[in-house]
Amino acid sequence: MAAKTDFSRAPLYEAMLKFRDMRVVPFDVPGHKRGRGNPKLADFLGDKCLSIDVNSMKPLDNLCHPTSVIAEAQNLAAKAFGAEHAFFMVNGTTGAVQSMVLYALKRGEKIILPRNVHRSAINALVLCGAVPVYVNPAVDSRLGIALGMSVEGLKKAIRENPDAKAVLVNNPTYYGICSDLKKIVKIAHSKNMLVLVDEAHGAHFSFGKNMPVSAMKAGADLASASMHKSGGSLTQSSILLASKKVNEGYLRQIVNLTQTTSASYLLLSSLDLSRRELSMHGEEIFEKVCELAEYARGEIKDIGDIYAFSSEIIDGVNVCDFDITKLSILTLDAGIAGIEVYDILRDEYDIQIEFGDMGNVLAYVSVGDRKRDIERLVSALAEIRRTRRKSKRGMFEREFISPQVALSPQEAFYSQKEQVPLAKSAGRIACEFVMCYPPGIPVLAAGEVITPEIIEYIKYAKSKGCSLTGTQDLGVSKLTVLKD
Amino acid sequence: MSLWFTEKQTENVGFSIKVSRQLFSKKSDFQKIEIFDSEEFGRFLALDGIMMLTEKDEHIYHEMIAHPAMAVHPRVKDVLVIGAGDGGVLRELARYKSIRHIDVVEIDEDVVEAAKEFLPQTACGFKDPRVDLHFEDGVRFVRRKSDCYDLIIVDSTDPFGPGEGLFTKEFYGGCNKALRKDGILVNQHESPFYKDDAAAMARTHKHIFKRFPIAKVYQAHIPTYPSGHWLFGFASKKYHPLKNLNSDKWNSLKIKTRYYNTNLHSGAFALPTYVEEMLKDVE
Repeated sequence: MAAKTDFSRAPLYEAMLKFRDMRVVPFDVPGHKRGRGNPKLADFLGDKCLSIDVNSMKPLDNLCHPTSVIAEAQNLAAKAFGAEHAFFMVNGTTGAVQSMVLYALKRGEKIILPRNVHRSAINALVLCGAVPVYVNPAVDSRLGIALGMSVEGLKKAIRENPDAKAVLVNNPTYYGICSDLKKIVKIAHSKNMLVLVDEAHGAHFSFGKNMPVSAMKAGADLASASMHKSGGSLTQSSILLASKKVNEGYLRQIVNLTQTTSASYLLLSSLDLSRRELSMHGEEIFEKVCELAEYARGEIKDIGDIYAFSSEIIDGVNVCDFDITKLSILTLDAGIAGIEVYDILRDEYDIQIEFGDMGNVLAYVSVGDRKRDIERLVSALAEIRRTRRKSKRGMFEREFISPQVALSPQEAFYSQKEQVPLAKSAGRIACEFVMCYPPGIPVLAAGEVITPEIIEYIKYAKSKGCSLTGTQDLGVSKLTVLKD
Repeated sequence: MSLWFTEKQTENVGFSIKVSRQLFSKKSDFQKIEIFDSEEFGRFLALDGIMMLTEKDEHIYHEMIAHPAMAVHPRVKDVLVIGAGDGGVLRELARYKSIRHIDVVEIDEDVVEAAKEFLPQTACGFKDPRVDLHFEDGVRFVRRKSDCYDLIIVDSTDPFGPGEGLFTKEFYGGCNKALRKDGILVNQHESPFYKDDAAAMARTHKHIFKRFPIAKVYQAHIPTYPSGHWLFGFASKKYHPLKNLNSDKWNSLKIKTRYYNTNLHSGAFALPTYVEEMLKDVE
């Protein structure tokens, strides 16, 4: 019988401590040699940090082919998340999502996914040539945001595309909306389709109490958990999780197609230590986070005109559960666009929030927050409402525009193309992506028809100060389209 | 052996007082509270290693934060004091019979408890029956008040700890809302001298200036505060601190003070050139 897992261990971290004490003389990369070669950088980041910025070597294992301490650390992570295998990722959750898609699909194969996925999922389709079948999410008319993947929508997509190989779900969405993951898995598996879950915003589901079901627990085959979001690790670090059904060796080869051979040990050790922290103290941590978010929601309610939505939006169809750690706030009723509030908070109140869209803002609440910071956020919202409230008229309300797919993203991306002014692009087929960043969900994806509605949306987003990305033209005044 | 308390006023400057004994030390939910006795300055209170008051010079601070506004506003009835865990501001306000009610909002109950036990010189202010004590975050308290105070006094710690929220635009906006249409806001305004304090002082003025039609700054000399040169903010929706000063009326009240007087009142608003420039830069 296997011994009980000791989650207090952090094998990679422990190996790095040992390594530091050995005072090894470095005649390998990185060339800064424990920071001595770059004093200004060492001063800025701290000696401690630079002293462990090392290359892979026997005592510290190798991420591309792990056999010792990284393998042990990944095993602990897999157990902590209830997965069979875990892969530490140093190219963000973007890398993890890409790997899931590249593992599940080859050129020309179909994948069923909601359109409101992160750019990383659709970008992966450009890389592998798979064809997207979109399940258009329902839109909440008051909040203006896309909801979860409905079981009915999935069933219809499967009926129309019985040859699809995989289903990808983003669960939860950025706003905290969860789909009925268990049912989705059951339906997809009954048709021999793999289930890939973009769990970028739900790394905490495996650790907190009374959380929505996690991807692995729901029986998904692959999941990408953004440890650097709610998990507390360093930016750019993430974990790819796989179930028993997945061929671990093949998945590693897929990961290694695009991931660096010089993985940062700062990122890797942060994953090991965050996993340790979550498995030891996850329940208390997320209890506190939920408490802070719930407190903020209560206070925001008292302001008036501003609505911090929560589990009351669960309808059992398009919203099957809600992640209450997400402090999503509707500002539209005060006549102020979310993107405006996002900018005002930063420029005038020195408060940086996660993102703003047409009607909402999202404040990311985590274990690092203090009650007094929540008070500041709430007061700033109260002040913005008091001093800037306008009529709601003329506000753009819908966040999601149903796409018309003409070509696969890869076909469109690699076709003969030309640039046309945004205003004259209606009716053309886009060969690039346009998204507001954050949240990074494409307004327009390669292969989709540009409609007047999309052009209007892009113009409006620009006028409200939204930062638009993805196009060749940094000013987003021209779009790259299929050559006539 | 001799024991010295040193406050790091900047990374490179220390201010030391020889301590005869430590009376109290506690880590509260918000900060470390310490009270010492000293030969030179008498008893003193430090929060997170920063000197808050000494028996020898606290009267300067407390008189200067309370009396100037009282000498300008013709009828202060309802007062809100934020911070003031030591009670010193209340002691000064309690001398005005015209005041009807004083709400005090202090985030850290432990400071008040410690003051009541060890700092009777200032904590006597809590005994006034008009005082209502609330233990909560001042940022939250003002958010829920509108049009109900004639005077708000912000007696905060520095903006690098639990008092941080009391130096923000959202807080001053809340104060504006909580004040009546002729209300006055007086705040602890940091010092213009050392770099970090000066940056906080400029930022504070910037925020207040945006929220109030009249936003002036006045000064006092407080030996135990960094550089000794300390500022206060006077912001108002209606009254000008000099044009509306009613010296005769205030003097007729016969309030006995050691630092403040109505001549000094006018002088305190005359600022050094470099301070005027710093203020102008953010207006």
